[in-house]
This record gives sequence, structure tokens and C-alpha cells, in this order.
Amino acid sequence: MSAKQLKCRECGTEYALEALYVCSECFGPLEVGYDHSRLADVGAVRRRIQGGPQNIWRYHDFLPLEGPQPRTRTGLPAGCTPLIRADRLAARLGLGEVWVKNDAANPTHSFKDRVVSVAATRARELGFDTLACASTGNLANSVAAHGAALGMDSYVLIPADLEEQKVLATGVYGTNLVKVRGNYDDVNRLCTEISGDRENWAFVNINMRPYYAEGSKTVAYEIAEQLGWELPDRVVVPIASGSLFTKIGKGFEEFIGVGLIDGDVPTMNGAQATGCSPVATAFEAGRDFCRPVKPHTIAKSLAIGNPADGPYALDLARATGGSIDMVDDQEIRAGIRLLAATTGIFTETAGGVTTAVLQKLAEAGAIGPDERVVIVITGEGLKTLDAVRDSFEAHEVDPTIESFEEAFAGSVHA
Amino acid sequence: MAITVKLPTQLREAVGGAASVQAEGATVGEALESVFTTHGELRDRLYQNGDLRRFVNVYVGGEDIRFLDGLETEVPDGAELTILPAVAGG
Repeated sequence: MSAKQLKCRECGTEYALEALYVCSECFGPLEVGYDHSRLADVGAVRRRIQGGPQNIWRYHDFLPLEGPQPRTRTGLPAGCTPLIRADRLAARLGLGEVWVKNDAANPTHSFKDRVVSVAATRARELGFDTLACASTGNLANSVAAHGAALGMDSYVLIPADLEEQKVLATGVYGTNLVKVRGNYDDVNRLCTEISGDRENWAFVNINMRPYYAEGSKTVAYEIAEQLGWELPDRVVVPIASGSLFTKIGKGFEEFIGVGLIDGDVPTMNGAQATGCSPVATAFEAGRDFCRPVKPHTIAKSLAIGNPADGPYALDLARATGGSIDMVDDQEIRAGIRLLAATTGIFTETAGGVTTAVLQKLAEAGAIGPDERVVIVITGEGLKTLDAVRDSFEAHEVDPTIESFEEAFAGSVHA
Repeated sequence: MAITVKLPTQLREAVGGAASVQAEGATVGEALESVFTTHGELRDRLYQNGDLRRFVNVYVGGEDIRFLDGLETEVPDGAELTILPAVAGG
């Protein structure tokens, strides 16, 4: 495989490709390092991708897994989600070209299937038989489902106050579902402690985190491939821990690096909810670190008050001329409606955050008229139905023409 | 004034494999100093320029000390202080 080692992002100390996630010298995060020198024949790399399966395994050359490219793998193959040109949304916002990367079209309806597919596959390669995670909901769905598909035991820890839809869509897979009386950061702390004592468990976002995070790069690969091996000018991505945001940047960087696409990493815009905005707040204040916060927002899938990749998200936004912005709960609800009404895509609250931030950037004049913009919609609206409850009216009528005509008097065409 | 300091797996080797060590002191900073007197090499792994490294989380009674008074946070007798890596999750 192209992956060669784990490397500390802070001090550069190298480690073997095992179930490690923290540098024991400085506590910095470990990241997978690659040697792409054997990918010098760009045409061959492109052909391997194009001839690969319709899922993230087509990018096997860029993922930290052993063996040759699989035609199929057991499990729940993720990715190859639609990239949809959203002309009506663009027109509404006065923009030139907007595309929606709809990652709700994954097996458990969020981008988390990408990261869990990689983490679970790597976990099996390393000999684990149990999956686990600390989740704000989407990850819970995905880990439970992957455990079922792969025949691995799973333990899913979530905040006790999670949306009912996300709880039900986790428990159905037959996982060990643990509702923790606390917020996500409490769940994460507990899981970090548990992972230290249960070394035979693969916590996808703790001891498997370096592999897990790599799965998010496939969002960038797909965008580039779906645009005909071209780069967008700007990408708007929601930020919780900041991992998706930074790995999308890394994905573009890698494709540029091996020569699959020409140009620069797009302008990267991060999107947070005002009720949990440690990264946006740090961006605004010009800081290079995030002060943790206690989340209070309807965007529960983004409610991480202590974002692990916050500093790197800040670096990426600044290095690409982007920004990290925040929107409040009312704007989030309006964002969900805006996307639904102009594209036919119903997203969860995180997608409302992303769409609302796009709107905010457009209204501020931050986006040029010739820009090609991609927004990354990470999850499905059916998982957060409360966010749209009472946001529209339905017409209740008797089963008669008269009653129907009465309800629509004046709006019925001859 | 005995305080129990729970260590993450990444630091256990440095203290001979123990999952926790005993400490003394009225604040988080003092308690950690007392740990450093017997386990000096932990200082550089937890501290940078006199403060906690940015990827180190310390909790008193389950609460992140950055929501309390940082290293000045008071630690009651018999309390448990937990050190954990910050890079998990998401």
C-alpha cells in the first residue's frame, strides 16, 4: 500500500501503521503518511480509479489499506454519491455556479460511512473483532450498520438527548447502544478512557482515528472526478471536529500532488452553528487555537465543543483564503428549507448550517460571480425532523372537489 | 492531601506501567508539580512553555479544567484528576 507510517502532525515522530492515534512524545494527533512515488504513471492511476468499483474503494491507491484494489469488499461500500448542479439555488443567491455534493446518499445516509468503511476495514486488517465509537448520531448509525454487515460486535456511545430518529436508526442494527448522561464531549472523554482499558476494541474515532479520518479525503476525490478531473474554486464544508474539513483539503492536495488535477486547493469555507462555534470564533478573533465551549444548538451532529482538528481547520481556511463562519438556529432552519426548495434535497441540520453559511457568504459578496462553488451536504433530513416541524402549513380537506376548491380558491388554474 | 492522577495509556510506561499515581497539592498545577518531582520526564510531555500542551486535556471531577480555572483550579482532598489526549472524536 502507499501508506508508509503514522506521523505526528506536531513533532513529526513516526510510528508503525498500528492502532495508535496520539503521539506519546507531545500528545499531537497522528496522521497517515504516504509514499506516492509509485503513482508516477498518472494515466494508469486514473484508469485504476475509473475502472474501479462505484464506491470509495476506487481510490484504494490513496487509502491506508493493504492488498490490491478490491473489486468488491464485504461490508457497506460507501461513496460515489451524487454531485448535483444546483442552478436554482445559485440563482436564488445571485451566484454563478453551485454544486451540491449530496452525501446523504450513503448507506446510512451520512458521510460517516466513508470514514467508518476505512476504519472498520483497517480494524479487521489489524485483527480487531469489536467496533466502537463516541458519536453525535450519524457515526452511531454507521458503526452499528458496519458492525452488522461485517459481523463484528459494536458498542456505540451517544449523548442521552440525541434526536430520536438517530437513536432508532442505530438500535435497529442490533448494536450495544449506550446513552450517556452528558454532552458529546463527555461521551468522548468517557470513550477515550474506555479505549485505554479495552485494547481489543477498535474505537473508530479514537484508536483508529488516523485511518478513519482518511476516509473523508474521498469526498474531495469524488468532487474532482465528477467535475471531469477539475477543481472547484471554493468548497463549503460543515465543521464539528474539523476532521472532514481538513481531510477534504488533503484530498485535493494529494490529487494535485500526483498530477491527476491541475491547480490549487480550493478556497475552503468552514460552517459552524453559533451555538457551538469554537472554530468560527477563533477564526474571527485571529487565534490559532480553539477555546472549548458548551454546545447549545439544534445542529447536534456538529455539537463538538472541543474540536480535535480545530487548529488545523483554522490553518487550512487561512491558507486557502477562506473563512469559518457561523449561523444561528433560525438561519439553520431557513438553510434546510432553502436547499429543499431549490434543489429537492432534504438535509439534516448540519446541511442547514452549510447552506446558510453559503447564503451568508453570497450576501456578503465574498463569492465572485465566476466561481464554481461546491457545498458538501453531509447528512439526511429525515434524521432531524424536528428542525422542520411547524415550518410549513398543510391543507386538510374533505374528500370532495368543493372542499379542495375552497382550500385553493384563487390558485387553481383552468 | 492525597489526589489520584489518572494517566492515559500513552504515559503509563513512563511511570512503570501504573494507570494512576498519587499527588499532593491544592491546585491542578501543584498536583502536577508533585507528580513531576518523582516522574520528571512527564513534564515535557505534558507541558510546553510552562503551560499545558494544546492537545492535553485535564479533568477534575469530569470537568475540563479550561472551563474552570485552568492550572489554578482547586483540587479537593481525595479528588481524582484525569489526564487524556485531546485528539479523539469527531
